[in-house]
Amino acid sequence: MSTFLGMPAYAPRGVGHLRGDEPFPEAARTALANPQLRRNLQHATTTIRGKSGAVIAELPDWQELRSAGSALKAYTMANLPRLLEQLEERVTAAGGVVHWAADATEANRIVTDLVKATGEQRVIKIKSMATMEIGLNEALEDAGITPVETDLAELIVQLGHDKPSHILVPAIHRNRSEIREIFLSEMPGVDPDLTDDPPVLAAAARRYLRETFLSTKVAVSGANFGIAETGTLAVVESEGNGRMCLTLPETLITVMGIEKLVPTWQDLEVFLQLLPRASTGERMNPYTSMWTGVAPGDGPQNFHLVLLDNGRTAVLADEVGRQALHCIRCSACLNVCPVYERTGGHAYGSVYPGPIGAILSPQLTGVEDNASLPYASSLCGACFDACPVKIDIPSILVHLRNQVPHPRAERTAMAAAAYTMDHPKLYERAQKAARLAKLLGKRGRGLPPPLNGWSSSRDLPTPPSETFRDWWRGR
Amino acid sequence: MRIALFATCLADTMFPAAAKATVQLLERLGHEVVFPEEQTCCGQMHVNTGYQKEALPLVRRYVRTFESCDVIVAPSGSCVGSIRHQHAMVARQAGEEGLASRAETVAGRTYELSELLIDVLKVEDVGAYYPHRVTYHPTCHSLRVLRVGDRPLRLLRQVRGLDLVELPAAEQCCGFGGTFAVKNADTSTAMLADKMRHVLDTGADVCTAGDASCLMHIGGGLSRLQSGVRTVHLAEILASTEAGS
Amino acid sequence: MSSKELILGRIRQALGSSPAEPDIPRDYRTGAAPVDLDLLVERLVDYKAVVHRTSDVSGAIAEIIGSGTLVVPPGLPGEWLPPEVPVRRDDGLSAAEIAAADGVVTAAAVAVVETGTIVLDASDDQGRRILSLLPDLHICVLRPEQVVASVPEAVAQLEPTRPLTWISGPSATSDIELNRVEGVHGPRNLHVILWETA
Repeated sequence: MSTFLGMPAYAPRGVGHLRGDEPFPEAARTALANPQLRRNLQHATTTIRGKSGAVIAELPDWQELRSAGSALKAYTMANLPRLLEQLEERVTAAGGVVHWAADATEANRIVTDLVKATGEQRVIKIKSMATMEIGLNEALEDAGITPVETDLAELIVQLGHDKPSHILVPAIHRNRSEIREIFLSEMPGVDPDLTDDPPVLAAAARRYLRETFLSTKVAVSGANFGIAETGTLAVVESEGNGRMCLTLPETLITVMGIEKLVPTWQDLEVFLQLLPRASTGERMNPYTSMWTGVAPGDGPQNFHLVLLDNGRTAVLADEVGRQALHCIRCSACLNVCPVYERTGGHAYGSVYPGPIGAILSPQLTGVEDNASLPYASSLCGACFDACPVKIDIPSILVHLRNQVPHPRAERTAMAAAAYTMDHPKLYERAQKAARLAKLLGKRGRGLPPPLNGWSSSRDLPTPPSETFRDWWRGR
Repeated sequence: MRIALFATCLADTMFPAAAKATVQLLERLGHEVVFPEEQTCCGQMHVNTGYQKEALPLVRRYVRTFESCDVIVAPSGSCVGSIRHQHAMVARQAGEEGLASRAETVAGRTYELSELLIDVLKVEDVGAYYPHRVTYHPTCHSLRVLRVGDRPLRLLRQVRGLDLVELPAAEQCCGFGGTFAVKNADTSTAMLADKMRHVLDTGADVCTAGDASCLMHIGGGLSRLQSGVRTVHLAEILASTEAGS
Repeated sequence: MSSKELILGRIRQALGSSPAEPDIPRDYRTGAAPVDLDLLVERLVDYKAVVHRTSDVSGAIAEIIGSGTLVVPPGLPGEWLPPEVPVRRDDGLSAAEIAAADGVVTAAAVAVVETGTIVLDASDDQGRRILSLLPDLHICVLRPEQVVASVPEAVAQLEPTRPLTWISGPSATSDIELNRVEGVHGPRNLHVILWETA
């Protein structure tokens, strides 16, 4: 019985944000039809690619750092039980309380109960992929607790009743004038003469949240890194909203995926070089906070760490796919992906969009629940080159495509094609049949789905009068 | 040198000019070309679409067909990429360790055309003549799987009469991606639209690449636009001479 | 079964009997490298910090703060403070009192040339984290011997169990069209005084 209970499990259905409402190709169609969205995405991803490329080029040992980062993560996964227990021990010794959450439902319950126990009705939040993944805000709201997102992009998403579309910049799909409109209509007390100048917009967020920071007694955060050796947690940010949340409240609750572990303090020297350059294209992000349990007289005096599985052990069980757990959430793969650049993040249906989302979401949920995502890539390989911890995303995509339940017609066609290709005589006959495709004309009228997807925008090649092997034999 | 040609199923069936040009070019450079007729397809489409098991016989066929050859060339970065990075994996996942190590050996002797010319045959100037304005699209698998780098450009720069113009955002995918082009036709089309715009911006009358598949995609779009820009495989340009190819 | 046992059991099941444990290649740059103070200044300025290279700390502070008020941590050297400027030492000030000050002066634990970063470790001359957070102006006094060339050197010098704040320029965001804009929730003005004794 205990063996059965100990089997790795997928993230449960009905809670959190790992599954979309429609398959990727359909969801992408909506985004592709929105020229403003495509302009916003192209502008933002082009900007970040340029910045990131420039600061990466400054480091003579970027490739060595990538290799070290990759190996450190593989080491961490191989030693996960020991390192997690070590982290728990160190955090506890430093005055923190560690909780273990097998899935989203349990994590939401733990956090909600902790907030209720403080008697507070409002929490301030630092942007955290883990809490978005588990749908913590909805769970808190159901319990009558108001979660206030304090990251600028999250605030834009929350005020705009929108969904995040990027790991790092959840409002990447909005440009400055759209952000101004959202602030004007949704931000209480905003200056009606607000312009769309980015510093002005940032100042409006500063004014709006200031009093909330000073008066809220509970904060919820994620963590970029949890150091097993010392029990130290790290949050990497830009705006100072993270510092506010980690410093001002009386109670801090941090939700961290079990894969965010780093073995030793020294190992941070690798990740603190990789993450900012790959992520925001900065030599270093403006603020990184590190804390170990409770510091008497400094910052929150009650600290809770929630360690989250929610499908991660299922990812770990796949020897090829487990690399997806090495991700440090920099979003470099999104920024270089030609598919993401055109469809945006909403099309992926999960809080994890882009190439990393296409390999992570299906593994967290089981491929059946995200069957279209492994195909949401042309396998161009730009993501692999950009990944600061060298996750071989294209190979994992191909690997997952093998696990996806295939449509019956496609399965039949693929089996027939393979059989034909393995029998040269049949193959030659098929080649001659291909020449009959001339009858279809350039526009390929009358081709059945999905082949008409090709001919809707592309002419068919004109079949040659003889195949290469005909020519070879005849010369 | 005796060189075995892997024509690839796509070039054999739909774009024989690329395979013919490879033969003519290598013979002009003084080499002997052989074409083992048992060859068909490398199985890349099956592997990349999620039909690894179905690809196994094709891996076996490729290994058996080319095992006795010292040097194999294919006019496709993508097929060579699959042979080099997927064949052994497919065999290994099927539990065929013996086949996997044979596949590794054969893959080590299989070259994409520009690799063969520059790394094995040590030639950059192949004596070609091609009086056209040409832009080069460095297909994703040549660029990021095989890492052919600037080899094709070095070859093109030596072609007499050829006016080589740089393609903006050259390293971005054209949107083909095999079955991606039909499974995600709308996204693929959006990617293609940007690629075509960049090609047209160069003012070139020919767009070339080392992969017939990507050229089929770009060419299909350019033809639909009635743009007048042609797609021509790198091998065809390198095979052209003043006397005609 | 507790959730802890459940999760650890799942992990062991997922990893199987003998998961491969890779060696970690540490052939990236580590160890002490020469410190280039000019480059540090360049990197700080690049991220919109204002840098003052001087042997006169209190003079520099007086010039920066003008007629404003200051809060300072309990262990900040008294001789750094200009006599004419109103100063409150943090002896348990409330958040509102800290936020009401025009500026804060702290020392630092270490600074990194390559990234233009200063790190505070909440020592007596740097104070509680809240102190350097709420005022809109942060003046940080740095001694050249606290400066290291690279991130690995800084990590090696820091005590991980202290509350640490790594600061690279004033508060900023990349959330509007992915371009860096200064000035959100943290101090919008960062002045670094590089204290070079003549």
